[in-house]
This record gives sequence, C-alpha cells and structure tokens, in this order.
Amino acid sequence: MSDQAILCTFRVDHLFFGIEVSHVQEVLRPQQMTLVPLAPTVVHGLMNLRGQIVTALDMRKQLKLPPQEGDRQPMNVLVRMGDGLVSLLVDEIGDVIEVSRDQFEPAPETLPEVIRTAVHGVYKLPGRLLLLLDTKTLTVQEGSSNPVAWAG
Amino acid sequence: MMDGFDEVIKEFLVESYESLDQLDRDLIELEDAPDDRDRLASIFRTVHTIKGTSGFLALPKLERVAHVGENLLVPLRDGELTLEHDMADGLLGMVDAIREILGHLENDGGEGEGNYEPLVSKLEGLLYRSPAANLAPAIAQPEEEPSEEATAESTDDVETCEPEAVGESQGNETEDETAEPTETLGPIEPQAESAQQTEFEQQAGAEQPTGDLPKSQPAAAAASGAQPESGSSDTGSSGRGDRSHSLADSTIRIDVSVLDKLMNLVGELVLSRNQIMQFSHSVEDPTIAAASQRLNLITTELQEGVMKTRMQPIRNAWSKLPRVVRDLASGCGKNVQVQMEGADTELDKTILEAIKDPLTHIVRNSVDHGIESSEDRVLAGKPAAGTLWLRAFHESGQVNIEIADDGRGIDLDRVRHKAIEKGLVTAEQAAGMNDRELTALILLPGFSTAAKVTNVSGRGVGMDVVKTNIEKIGGTIDIHSTPGKGTTLRIKIPLTLAIVPALVVKSGQERYAIPQVSLLELVRLDAERAEREIEILYGTPVYRLRGNLLPLLYLDEQLKLREPSERTLDPDDAVNIVVLQAEDRQFGLIVDGITDTQEIVVKPLGSHLKAIPTFAGATIMGDGSVSLILDVNGLAQQGGVLSEHHGRMLEDSSRPADQSGDNRSWLVVDPGDQTQAAVPLEAVARLEEFAADAIERVDQQYVVQYRGEIMPLVDLQGRPVGHMDDEEDKRTQVVVYHEQETSVGIVVGRIVDIVEESVEIDAAHPERTVITGRVTRIVDPAAIVRSSGVLPPGPAAA
Repeated sequence: MSDQAILCTFRVDHLFFGIEVSHVQEVLRPQQMTLVPLAPTVVHGLMNLRGQIVTALDMRKQLKLPPQEGDRQPMNVLVRMGDGLVSLLVDEIGDVIEVSRDQFEPAPETLPEVIRTAVHGVYKLPGRLLLLLDTKTLTVQEGSSNPVAWAG
Repeated sequence: MMDGFDEVIKEFLVESYESLDQLDRDLIELEDAPDDRDRLASIFRTVHTIKGTSGFLALPKLERVAHVGENLLVPLRDGELTLEHDMADGLLGMVDAIREILGHLENDGGEGEGNYEPLVSKLEGLLYRSPAANLAPAIAQPEEEPSEEATAESTDDVETCEPEAVGESQGNETEDETAEPTETLGPIEPQAESAQQTEFEQQAGAEQPTGDLPKSQPAAAAASGAQPESGSSDTGSSGRGDRSHSLADSTIRIDVSVLDKLMNLVGELVLSRNQIMQFSHSVEDPTIAAASQRLNLITTELQEGVMKTRMQPIRNAWSKLPRVVRDLASGCGKNVQVQMEGADTELDKTILEAIKDPLTHIVRNSVDHGIESSEDRVLAGKPAAGTLWLRAFHESGQVNIEIADDGRGIDLDRVRHKAIEKGLVTAEQAAGMNDRELTALILLPGFSTAAKVTNVSGRGVGMDVVKTNIEKIGGTIDIHSTPGKGTTLRIKIPLTLAIVPALVVKSGQERYAIPQVSLLELVRLDAERAEREIEILYGTPVYRLRGNLLPLLYLDEQLKLREPSERTLDPDDAVNIVVLQAEDRQFGLIVDGITDTQEIVVKPLGSHLKAIPTFAGATIMGDGSVSLILDVNGLAQQGGVLSEHHGRMLEDSSRPADQSGDNRSWLVVDPGDQTQAAVPLEAVARLEEFAADAIERVDQQYVVQYRGEIMPLVDLQGRPVGHMDDEEDKRTQVVVYHEQETSVGIVVGRIVDIVEESVEIDAAHPERTVITGRVTRIVDPAAIVRSSGVLPPGPAAA
C-alpha cells in the first residue's frame, strides 16, 4: 500500500469529497435524466450513457442536504461499484489531487451519523478538509458501514 | 490422454447424445408401428455405430450394452421378431444405460461404476425367448470366423476388448438362472455381425467398409456410415445417408455465448437505428432519408437473421415427452398416445430451455390426473387409450403451446373444496367465483387435488412453479377444462426475450413502455363519453367494456405522480384506456397519451431500482432518452387488481383470534414422528414452503435465501437443521419467526391445520396440552430460536 493516493474531488454544498480515481470512470456535464417514480428518494433518475442505462444518485439527498439553489444542473461523477455503474450528482467537480497518508484521520465521532457513515475519514489539506467518500454506503444494502482508516 | 483423442471423445459424445434422443423417439414410435423396417434399420445403425465407436475408444461396458441391444435389434430388423412391449422396455433401458455411461464419460472420463449385467441378461433373455435365436446359430456359425477377423483387423482395440466382453458375460451367465447353456453365447455373439453383414451384402455389397469405418473414424461415424450406401438401391437408407452427409457439411457448432454477444450487438444496432430514423425525419435531405431507409431494412434483416441463429424447433423440448408419457402411463396402468403438431415451430434457445421443465411437469400432470385409466375411459364411452396433444404455432409474434388431453377434465367442486381446505380462499370467496377463476386456483402455490400422493405428482408442488417459470420468461398460462371431455393448457410465450414490441404511453412528463404481450386493446373515450361512462364505485373508477366491468387504474396515481384526490376530468381531454391482461384478470390503465408502438431492447435496472415491482426494466428510446418498462403484473398487484391469495390464510384466521379473548389460534403441525405439535399463531410471521433446490447449505447449517436475507433453518427442537431429505420434489414447510429484524425458519414437517381453541395449560407442564383431541406439544418459537443460537446474542424480544 502506497502512502500516496490520487483522489478525484467534488463539492456537494459546502462539503469537499474525494474518491479514489481508480473507482471513477468519468465525469460528465449535466445529463438528460428520466425520473423514476416510486424509487427511493436518493435515486434522482436514469441516464443513457452510450447505450448503457445508469442510475443517478443525488448526493444532496443522500447526505440529507437541502436542494441546490438556483437552476444550476448537477454534474455527474460516474463511479464503478460492485454491480455496475452509478452516477453521483454533485454540485461541482474539483481537481484530481494527490494526498498523502499522514494527512488522513478517521472522521471525528461528533460528525452527524449521516456524514460519518458515508466517509472513510478526513484528509487535512491546507486550508480545507477533504472527506474520503465510502462508496459502499451508496449501494442498496445500507447499514454495515465499517469505517476503514485507509481505502486501499 | 492426448488432446486429439479427447477431441474424438467429445465428438463421439455430441453425436451419441443426438442419436440417443432420436433413438428414444424412434423406439416409442416403433411401438405403434412395429413393422416399420426403415425405422428399425435406422435404430440398428445408430446402436451399431455407438457399439463400433465404443470398441475403438476402448469402452468395454458401453460396447457390451450396445452389443446386446444390437443383437436383439437384428432379428427385429430382419422381421424374425416383432417388437413387443417388454422388448421396447429393454431397448429403452439400453438407451438409458448408454446415456448414463456417456454421462460418466463426459464428467469424469470413465465409464462409471454402474452394473449393467442385469440389463444385459434381460436383453439376452428377450433374444433367447425368440424363435429366431434358435435359427440364428445355424446361419451364423459358418460366418463367425471371417466376420470376427474383419473386425479385429480394422482395429486393435476391438480385438482386446471383444474377448473381454465375452468373458464377462460368460461369468455372469453361469450365475444366471437361465436354462441356456453357456456355449450358446458363442454363436449368439457373432450372430449380430454376420446377420447384419449378410443383409448389407445382399443390399449393396458395400457392408464391409460400412462396418469398419465407424471403428476407425469415429468422429465421422454417422456420416461415413451412411456414405457407402448412398449408391445403393435401398432408397430408404440412401435418402437418410444423403441428408446426414449434407448436414455434416453445412452446419457448424457455435458456442451460445457468441450468439448472445451478437444478439446484444444487434440490440444496440436497433437502438441506433431508431435514433437515426428519428433524426432523419427531422432533416429534409433525400440522401439521408435514403441511407437511413436502407439502414432500417438491413438492421431489420440482420436482427431477424441473428435471431434465427438462436432459434430451435420446439421438437427439441418435446422429444423427451413421449418417453416420459410412456413410462408414466405404464406406471399408472394407463394407455396414452402422444400426438404432436407443429413440432417445427421455432423459438429462442433460452426460452426453449426455460420451458422444458414446465412442459414436462404439465405433461406429467395430464397423464397422472387428467387421463383416466383404460377401464374408466371405456365406461365413460371414450376410447381406451387416452390422447395427449402437443401443439405449437405462431400467433401475433408469440409462440402458442397447447397441451391438451381428452381426460376427465378438472373437477371444479374438488378444486373449490381443496382451496378452502388449504385456506387459499374463504368459503364465501369460493362461492362467488366463476369457473374460470376456480380453474385458475390450481395455479396457486400449495395446491394439489390429487387425493393420494403418487410418485408422480400430487405433492403440493407443481402448477404454481410451472406458472412462475413461464412468467419469468414473459409468458402467460391459461387453462380451459370441460368436465368429462378434457383439459387444455395454453402457454403463450414471446419469441425472444431481448427485443420486444411495446406500446409507448405518456404519463406526466415521461414516457413508459408496455410490452405488447399484455396488451389487449386500446379504448379512447372523448371527454363527454368519459364523463358519462367512467363510473365511480366508492372512489374506484370502473368502465363497462362490452358489458363487463373493467377496473381502471390511473397510471399517474399508481406511480404516485398525482394523488387520487387531485383527479379531475378535463372537459377538453379524451381519456385513453389501455386494456391489459394481468394473469387471469383484465384491467384498464388510464394514461395521459399513447405515443406509438416500437421495438424496444430490454435493459435491466440497477440495484437501487430492482426492488420496485412496477418496473420490468428500462429501454432507450429513439431520441436517446431512457424510458421505464412497466411490469403489468406488478402494476396490477400494486393497484389491487390482483389480490394476493397467498398469505391470506394467515390474515383471515388470525383476525378473529385477536378479538376472542381466551381463544388462541394454533398452527397444528405434524413433525413426522407420530406426534403432534402446535405453534401459537401470533408468534408466526409467515408460513413458507421451499423447494428442495432453494435450500442451501453453509457449513453444517441449512439456510434459504428469503426476502434478501439468509434465513437459517432450525428444527422443532431448536437444533440447526443439518440434515435434509434430498428428495427432489419435496417441499419443506417452514414457519418463519421474526425477531430482532432477523428471520429464522422453523422446519415443521407438515402443516396440518389452523385451529382456534381455548386450551388449558397445566402449570406443571406448560409444554403440552390437548388440541383437536390429541396430546400436543406446544412449541414456543422464541424459545426454540434462542436455544438454537442462530440469532446474534442480545436482548431477546418478549
């Protein structure tokens, strides 16, 4: 395990998140979405990615944050998960950055559970904190979120 | 072993399996027409080829079995013997034995441990019984030597195993109680060779190469075996020869996965075509119009072509049925003829595979329950032999399969009683049901009218599984029965699963696709008629469609896009009703608009959406947007059009218990050890039944997958179930107990009844009481589950 990790970063509301680049297939501009009635609230809709149908998850809803103000359309971060591809809808895409392990710390216990269970931990970057997203919490079986100190 | 040799064995297996299926069919048909010499000759050739090849491949057991079979076939073919029932039995037994050995060969490379000597003696016994056998040695003996030599010269393998086989059989023969002296074996053995030889010599004078070729070139055995004959004057065999020759040259075997890949690609192409077609309409450029038109044609043709590669005649699924019927009928002392129509009807290989088991089950049901015994039939004024018809035909883009019998039909009174007895419906509900609804009851889980359990059917398993399997591939099943006249089951299945025609409708902002399989008709009412003709019954809209009440569902309400309270009739808008068929019910779906019909490519939904029963999948429309595909049955279920029969048993019987103070409801079970046990019904979350193949094992513990979790099974003593009867058809009845958000299944043996009784419990022995007049052990699921230790430790719910 290397001491360095390369993360793809994005912003949801005031939170900065990172995902291991190896999990990210691509990022896309706002896409046309088909709404899915009766779906769990976190599901925003379905999109057509070159013939493949991808479920888009609304990160704001996932994190119980209010909807984005104004009429800015969310960006798509396409993440490979165990059983396929999902798109995370985020406010803004950030840079791809390199972080080192000694900047990492597990999330403080005082964080609200909805955030704490969604992340592996925090990178203390100069001037801001970067949350390392745990993609496992985005799969259907919610619950068993074992925060791992370092996402290999 | 060398790769080349493996290849040879593989070829041999493939060829042999094919010929075995043919053998089964031929033998059955031969029973009806025992004098069909052409067929006999073909059977003989097949067995001979297998025997020859097995000799070459040094498979002594196989060779031995095929050899005695061949011996019996010679006098049959030559007309010296007539095929009788027991001979057909013996020969079919031989086919089974060969299949078994081939199975071993395929799986572990050996011939297996099976002992086929009883079969061999039986076949030999049949031969000795015949008068021809007495003649045989006289003719055969002089030719014995040359024929033996000819065989031996061609391959060394034969030389080594031929004497071995003889030796084995002699040993067996001495043990055998037959009066025949051992010496007879010598002459009988070469009789096959020589008799066959003489016949071929008379016919074409070309037998020598025919006899030898299969041994030296097994891979090409079938084709080459026939080749030398093609020049002969025997038209029957030369016709066959030509066919098999050209067939071998013009066909190749392809891995199904390659075809699957092609099919997927064609699906993508269809989507792209749809997009381009849509685009070309918006541009007025004749070049693009022409090009897209051409693309359209080619895509359609390619789609058809690729689909055709996956198409197989339904004969492949039917071929085993005559044998099943024959075995079954003779087992029940019945006489049943099978008639097939439309065996050439083609359908997709995946679908074909999926309907094989349901078809077998239906056929078994028909023979076991439907067709009466010969005596009963004669008494009823019908021919002694029952008839089972298998029909297949194409109709409006679907394949129809009918399984009909001329048996006693379905006894609706018995169905009604049984359903009430089993708690599937209440007596009031049953009284209000029409014949069609009653007939449909037999498709419910846990239903079986067989008065006694036969080894064939009547274990409470069956038609519901058939129905589930048919529905899994998008098909429907329909039963028509006339008492005393017979029963017809009609299965409608789509030609293919990947690309289906669908109706595209609008609701709110989105479009939805409805597979046309479920579509019956479209009704459009202008605003004025809609207001008059859509009637509201206690908040529920209904429409009179040609005199029948059609329940209506609003799609937007079902999708929770709009509250029923907001329902208004726009005086300017017409109402579109899509009349759909869900299982045995019809209902009308009111949509905002109907766009068009389109071929759609079904794509699965992601894991977040799989659990929604209303959607069957998604597809990509011509403009590139995604549309959801409605699952008509799921929609009907959710809208309450289909009431869930299953599970009502518990609801109905537990309700009075809540109100009646002292009285408690008990689930009385028979653990199978001559005792009776009872579970308080309020402790039961659900009753479930699991097929044997649903029960899996982890370590020493049996578990089932149940509603997305792994449910451990414990027995009534609270021990984890570590042993199951592995009877194939057995269904395990399980009481589901729920605690701490975990389900545990308690295997209860057989569920006897649900009774409501006020029982007195002796404080000294709280574990036993008297229920229904029998001493009964009281089972406390909570205690069982706790003592079993399958739940995680923690505070147990009271």
